[in-house]
Amino acid sequence: MSDITYKVPTMQEMSGKGESPEVLFWVGCAGSFDDRYKAVTIAFTKILNKVGINFAVLGPEESCTGDPARRAGNEFLFQMQAMSNIQVLNGYNVKKIVTACPHCFNTLKNEYPELGGNYEVIHHSTFLQQLINDGKITLKGGGEYKGKKITFHDSCYLGRANGVYEAPRDVIKALDAELVEMKRCKTKGLCCGAGGAQMFKDAEPGRKEVNIERTEEALDTGAEVIAAGCPFCMTMMSDGVKNKEKESSVKVLDLAELIAKNEGL
Amino acid sequence: MEYISQIAFLLVLAIAIFFLTRRIRTIKNNIQLGRKADRSDNKPERWKNTFLIALGQKKMFKKPIPAFLHLLIYGGFLIINLEVLEFIIDGIAGTHRIFAPALGSFYTVAINVFEFLAVAVLFSCVVFLIRRNVLKVDRFKPLAGWPKLDANLILVIEIILMLAILTMNATDQLLQGRDEHYIQTGSFFFSSFLIPLFENMSISTLVFVERFAWWFHIIGILAFAVYVTYSKHLHIFMAFPNTYYSRVEPKGKMKNMNDVTTEVKSMLGIDTGATSGEPPAEVARLGAKDANDLEWVSLMGAYACTECGRCTAECPANITGKKLSPRKVMMDTRDRIDEMGKNIKMGKPAEEGNPLFSDSYITDEEINACTSCNACVEACPVNINPLDIILQGRRFKAMEESSSPQSWNAMFQNIETSFAPWKFPPTDRFNWAKKLTEEK
Ligand code: SF4
Ligand code: SF4
Repeated sequence: MSDITYKVPTMQEMSGKGESPEVLFWVGCAGSFDDRYKAVTIAFTKILNKVGINFAVLGPEESCTGDPARRAGNEFLFQMQAMSNIQVLNGYNVKKIVTACPHCFNTLKNEYPELGGNYEVIHHSTFLQQLINDGKITLKGGGEYKGKKITFHDSCYLGRANGVYEAPRDVIKALDAELVEMKRCKTKGLCCGAGGAQMFKDAEPGRKEVNIERTEEALDTGAEVIAAGCPFCMTMMSDGVKNKEKESSVKVLDLAELIAKNEGL
Repeated sequence: MEYISQIAFLLVLAIAIFFLTRRIRTIKNNIQLGRKADRSDNKPERWKNTFLIALGQKKMFKKPIPAFLHLLIYGGFLIINLEVLEFIIDGIAGTHRIFAPALGSFYTVAINVFEFLAVAVLFSCVVFLIRRNVLKVDRFKPLAGWPKLDANLILVIEIILMLAILTMNATDQLLQGRDEHYIQTGSFFFSSFLIPLFENMSISTLVFVERFAWWFHIIGILAFAVYVTYSKHLHIFMAFPNTYYSRVEPKGKMKNMNDVTTEVKSMLGIDTGATSGEPPAEVARLGAKDANDLEWVSLMGAYACTECGRCTAECPANITGKKLSPRKVMMDTRDRIDEMGKNIKMGKPAEEGNPLFSDSYITDEEINACTSCNACVEACPVNINPLDIILQGRRFKAMEESSSPQSWNAMFQNIETSFAPWKFPPTDRFNWAKKLTEEK
């Protein structure tokens, strides 16, 4: 299909050659281990390759940011993780980080500075938006998503937690797609149900699962694609769509996947 | 004999001031039971928030209709209370409408404006009573007992106080026509509609009604001021400091526990910069077991909470039927801190009774259900942060009691041993790239 050989350089290789990348791609645990999210990692890596970004990953040297431990109350574990990550990052003199996980994004950007890790951290939605604005990604008109209804599910840790609402929407609009909003969106967006370490335990007893409530809202828009920008939202919304038996007509896709697909990557 | 009403007035005033200052001191002491929190950063942003959110009620306007009615009550009540100044001077000096001669026709205009506001307040209070009791707006449904009574009482009291002002002005206008001793103020638009009710009364009855309304209004206002401090209506004052001291950092940021940092650094052998030989500062309880383990800002939030339920209405856990309600988190915190304050007053240890994070107040089931989505923080019109309290509770459960849910303990263990929340061999972390680099 494409004639590029994809490369995924690690920091270790790069520093061995005395080079340093423009940006570090922080893959995150879900991006590394979760089957569904690995596809997002791959899509984003393909885009980085295609655009010719000088990037690197930590590879086996990466480890959990500690976010779920911190939200579940285990500050010790969080700080142990944070400090060892900071040692690695500072050891490589990392300046700029991009990540496809809003939880990693929030932790690296807001919580590492107090522990000695100061980096410019951006979420991949903002990164993609910048590539589009700079003309580095030029979306071919009449692509796969032209005119299709796409709704964006705000991740709490991207939106309310850090005020990023427009970047993901700009990316969708750049696809020439019709962006449709859910009843609760942006500052009023409803959580997928997985934040605050909920991903790692069953929900408390209640009437309904949060992801079902949210999926119903997304389906109500009539969108063919539910776009997400977070591994946990991805899982929750995909499960919701499955539960509603709508998998054949509605896809849950990450922003990077949308761009990569549109570009035929 | 002629000073009797002045003496009576001074007495009433003194009693009100006594109760008011006593209660304010109690609240201040209760808030100070909380832990220190440094909120001296970013003053311009703080003033901006206070101006826009507390004074300007910016966040209220997410729901325009209640916001508008609330604005009428808030504005009306504040401005009408300028008149209370005249009441107090008249009461002490034994005068009648002391500002009228000096202000002349401006006085007539001012009173007409006050009357307009009084009618606006009256109207809004009636609509609010209907919303609460007839239309049964969803977010008010869970309130029962005292919180429900409190909300209704305040609306009824405001209606009665406004009626008292209008009655007083109506009878005063009649008296001005019949007795030249009365200061001529010109006519008042709204209260003149009430004149037919009193027209047939004798002068002495009119004097009685006018004086009764005057006393009723001023005693009502003073009693209201005291009552407010025992009620959710404390938000009238607390909204301002609460907004000023609310967090100005990104909402996603959790406060770092510096005690833990010191410990972790020494475990990892990182230089902490602390001079050796210095005795380690006593490490306080990790997280919060009780209300006094929370920061004072959280406790102030508990007194600032209006029990409006905007937070709970947006809470994903609550929407889907879980027990968690951020409004209840704030109400429980206030109840417990009140109880702790009472313990101290009675010479008992503050901690007596059940702690805040226990089955009597905020249960494990509640704090475990939170997704830390910040919807409650975003929704609160006075910038209260229930999430902060929930997370402090979780810290105590995880680090002091090791009583986190089983699957969280498993997740902790995975992070410790595999450096990921799932149990995958760390060496597999980079496997995703293999497929890609082999792909053409
Ligand atoms: S942060 Fe927690 S309490 Fe607040 S709205 Fe979200 S789930 Fe509910
Ligand atoms: S915390 Fe805020 S939003 Fe929630 S009930 Fe209290 S005042 Fe209303």
